[in-house]
This record gives sequence, structure tokens and C-alpha cells, in this order.
Amino acid sequence: MIAGVSTCVALALVVVLVPLAPGWDAVRASFFDGEVFVRVFPDLLRAFTLDVAIFAWSVPMIFALGLAIALARGNTNPALFPLRIFGAVYVDLFRGIPVVLLVYLVGFGIPGLGLPRPWNSPYIWGTVALVLTYSAYVAEVLRSGIESIHASQRNAAICLGLSERDTMRYVILPQAIRRVVPANMNMLVALQKDVALLSFIGPVEILRQAGIFKSLLANFTPYVAAAVIFLCITVPATRYADYLMNRDRDARS
Amino acid sequence: MPDPRLSLRGVTKSFGDVQVLRGIDMDIAPGEMVCLIGASGSGKSTLLRCMNGLEPVDDGAVRLDDVDIAEPGFDLGPIRRRIGIVFQSFNLFPHMTAYDNVALAPRRVLGEDARERIEALFARFGLADHMRKYPDQLSGGQQQRVAVIRALAMRPQTMLLDEITSALDPELVGEVLDVLRRLRDDGMTMVLATHEMAFAREVADRVVFMDQGVVAEEGVPERIFSAPERERTRRFLASVLR
Ligand SMILES: Nc1ncnc2c1ncn2[C@@H]1O[C@H](COP(=O)(O)OP(=O)(O)OP(=O)(O)O)[C@@H](O)[C@H]1O
Ligand SMILES: [Mg+2]
Repeated sequence: MIAGVSTCVALALVVVLVPLAPGWDAVRASFFDGEVFVRVFPDLLRAFTLDVAIFAWSVPMIFALGLAIALARGNTNPALFPLRIFGAVYVDLFRGIPVVLLVYLVGFGIPGLGLPRPWNSPYIWGTVALVLTYSAYVAEVLRSGIESIHASQRNAAICLGLSERDTMRYVILPQAIRRVVPANMNMLVALQKDVALLSFIGPVEILRQAGIFKSLLANFTPYVAAAVIFLCITVPATRYADYLMNRDRDARS
Repeated sequence: MPDPRLSLRGVTKSFGDVQVLRGIDMDIAPGEMVCLIGASGSGKSTLLRCMNGLEPVDDGAVRLDDVDIAEPGFDLGPIRRRIGIVFQSFNLFPHMTAYDNVALAPRRVLGEDARERIEALFARFGLADHMRKYPDQLSGGQQQRVAVIRALAMRPQTMLLDEITSALDPELVGEVLDVLRRLRDDGMTMVLATHEMAFAREVADRVVFMDQGVVAEEGVPERIFSAPERERTRRFLASVLR
């Protein structure tokens, strides 16, 4: 009730006050032009399918690589110590570089080596940049999940005679992965947004398409339309992740 | 006495500066049921964990059927199939049904689909209707019985049981103790850390009283409980029996 009233008041203030700003009319014309919005929306939606496609083929690679790195980092076998180091370096490196920088470096740098035709595609190297960054994040999320499983679970499995490998595969990982589903959902939302960074190196996905319309129509509304399309995906996904997170917390308390 | 199934000599174990086991000698005969009693912190759990190699010992020998499993580098895998262990906190795998909890190790370690044997175990311990349930759908007593079945499914020769009724509501203790009585009647070799003095007195072949990391006194339950020789045994029993 109180929340409802205060929300209405806040909304009313925005609606009344913002138009009073001196530049409002100009802003409205260049950012909120209904005609332009309707005109560009279908094409932007079509361009967005490319974002979704890049997202879709990145995800399995991100999780496979992230899992491999998490396991490499978590192994306690002295003989495999170099793997541990490799995992740590990988995670530090790719979490430490801004995604957009990696997209530039990999997306321009590697095709610049003069690779033959399909291998110089910005799709491939842009995807590689995303996979490198996000697998580093996913690796850390998974590792925290693995470490959150109580040692008594591992002990119980080992005492039954299960090998380290089977213990990880059948006992630890299934529980760990379940536990980090919400964190990974949030990661996927961030990834979906970051796919747009590939627009800087070539693919005509939604952000690039919006840029083309902006130049063509000398109007910023296409960017607003693109933002709306992103929100339609990211808001429900984030809410769902929150829901999962709360459910987990309730289940554990 | 026949050759002991499990034989400990001079076993010591420290955590940091604290010496928790200070030279344990113990022989456990096949089919014997030994109850470990003693104050909290006296080293009962640590001793059990050393018996199956879960906790490496600092010094001394742990011989299972005359093989020293405390040797550094000893492959404990095959040993662990022969020694079942059940913990106070059940430690069932929460993401698997009761049946899958039990079936995992036989399938992965022994390579057998022990379905009939496992179903028979569930039936025997009164859980036939609960095989498809997840641990959080079972009562504490049921969970602990599943944990016992899980250990039994590996066909161990020896069972180590660490206060397996301590986490249970009083009305659920009985059903778990019943399981132990039946195992004893089967001739299972068992070492049981317990605070259930009446139960120890009833079923144990031998009671071992541990105090500050040593075996302070041992003997048949009748004697330990009615005529303890050592002062500290007397004091401990007075404190727990009130
Ligand atoms: N992993 C560990 N690290 C450090 N100290 C430990 C560890 N495990 C046990 N201890 C210590 O060793 C001592 C003996 O513990 P243990 O669990 O063997 O006693 P217990 O006889 O089983 O007691 P309880 O009846 O409370 O179960 C305790 O002081 C305990 O704090
Ligand atoms: Mg204990």
C-alpha cells in the first residue's frame, strides 16, 4: 500500500518534472520518435537473432571450458600442479581484461595474421573473445560451488571406495552445479548483453544495425528500440535468477 | 583368540600441537562387536577414521587381516570396500534417491548392478517403501538406516559406526539400534563409538573406555559397567549414568 503510493508519486514526479527540462523537446524528438521506432523495430529484431545465435553457440563452449578450468584449478594431485597454475593464470588473465578490449585484441589481432578465408571471420574470433572471458568467470563460479560442498560428502564417497574422479563426477559436481545455477544465470544475462560488443569488429548484430539506422535517419530512437529489445530478454531472465536464488536460500535455511 | 581382523599398534595422531591419539593398541576379532565409550574429545571418532585410512596416522600400525594399511602410499581403495563406515550425520548424497545412494558404489566400484541385493537390504531394514525417496523426504532414523544399507551394499567385513544415533530424536534411536542388533546376529565385525551406555552393555562383546587419547580400560561390558577398576572409568560412568 505505502509502496504503491510512493511508487505513483515518484512516477508522477518523473512524468511532470522531466518534460520541464530545457532540452526535453529536442531529446524527445531524437530519442523517442514513435514513427522511427515502429519503422526500425522489425529490422532490429531480425538483427537481434544474430546476437541470440552468437550467444547460443558460445554458451556450451563457455561451460565446457569453464568446467575444465575449474577442475584444473581445484585438483590436488601434486603431479598435476602445473595444471593448477595454468588454471589460476587463465582466470586472472581473462577476468582482468575488459571484455571489449579482448574483443578488439582477438577480433582484429588474430584475423590480422592473414588467415585463409573461413578462419578470418569476425564471428569466430569475436566468439572466442567472449568464450575466453566468460569461461574464466564461470570457472570461478563453479569452483566456489565445488568448495561449498561440505567435506563430509567427499569423505562419505571416498569411504565407499569411490575414486576421486567418480566422487567428483557423481557426488560433488551435481550438487555444486545446482548450487550455482542462479549465479550462472546472471552470468548468461551479462553475456547476452556483451554479445553486442562484437558490433565493434564487424557482425551486423543489433547494436550495429541500430547504428546504421541512426546514421540513416539522423535519429537516436533506434538505440532506444534496441535497448527495449534487450530489456525484454534480460529483465525476465534476471528476475528468474533472483527467484532461483531466493528459493535456494529458503531451502537451505 | 583367532587372528584379529583389525589390529592397531602404537597408533598416534596429532592435529597441530594437540595429540589426539597417544599410542593405541587394539585387536578386534572377526565377528566381535566392540563399543568405544569415553568423554567428548577423547578421540573416538579420530580412532575410527584412522581405522579405515580416512585420517592418516602419524605413527604406528593399522593392520587389516595382517596388511598394514597405515604404510605411506598404501592404496586404500580396495581396503575401503572391506570396511564400511557410517557417520553421526548420515552424509547421504542429497541429490540422489535412497536407492541411488546405495547403488552408486556397487555400480562404480564393484561394477555390478546389485539391484536384487539392494532391494533385499531395503526390505530387510523396513525401508522397501522408501527406496525412491530423496534423503530430505526421510526421517532421521530412516536416513541413518539408508546410510547403514549404503555401507552394507559394498559387502564389508567390518563396520565402523560413529555415534550413529547421536543426531536422532530419542524416539528414532531404537529403530537404528535394532539394525545393529541384527548385524551383530549376522556375525558382522563392528566397532561402534557410542554414548548409548545401556545399548553398549546389552550388545557389546567388549567395551573400550577411551580417555585423552589412550585406552584407559577395556573388558566385557558386565565388568566395565559394574566393577570398573580405574578411577577415571568410574568417574566417567558416574557422569553419564548419573
Ligand atoms: N580435523 C581436525 N582438526 C583439528 N582437530 C581435530 C580434528 N578432528 C578432531 N579434532 C580434535 O581431536 C580431539 C578428539 O576428537 P574426536 O572427534 O576424535 O573425539 P570424540 O571422542 O569422537 O568426541 P565426541 O564424543 O564429541 O564425538 C578433539 O579435541 C577435537 O577437537
Ligand atoms: Mg566423535
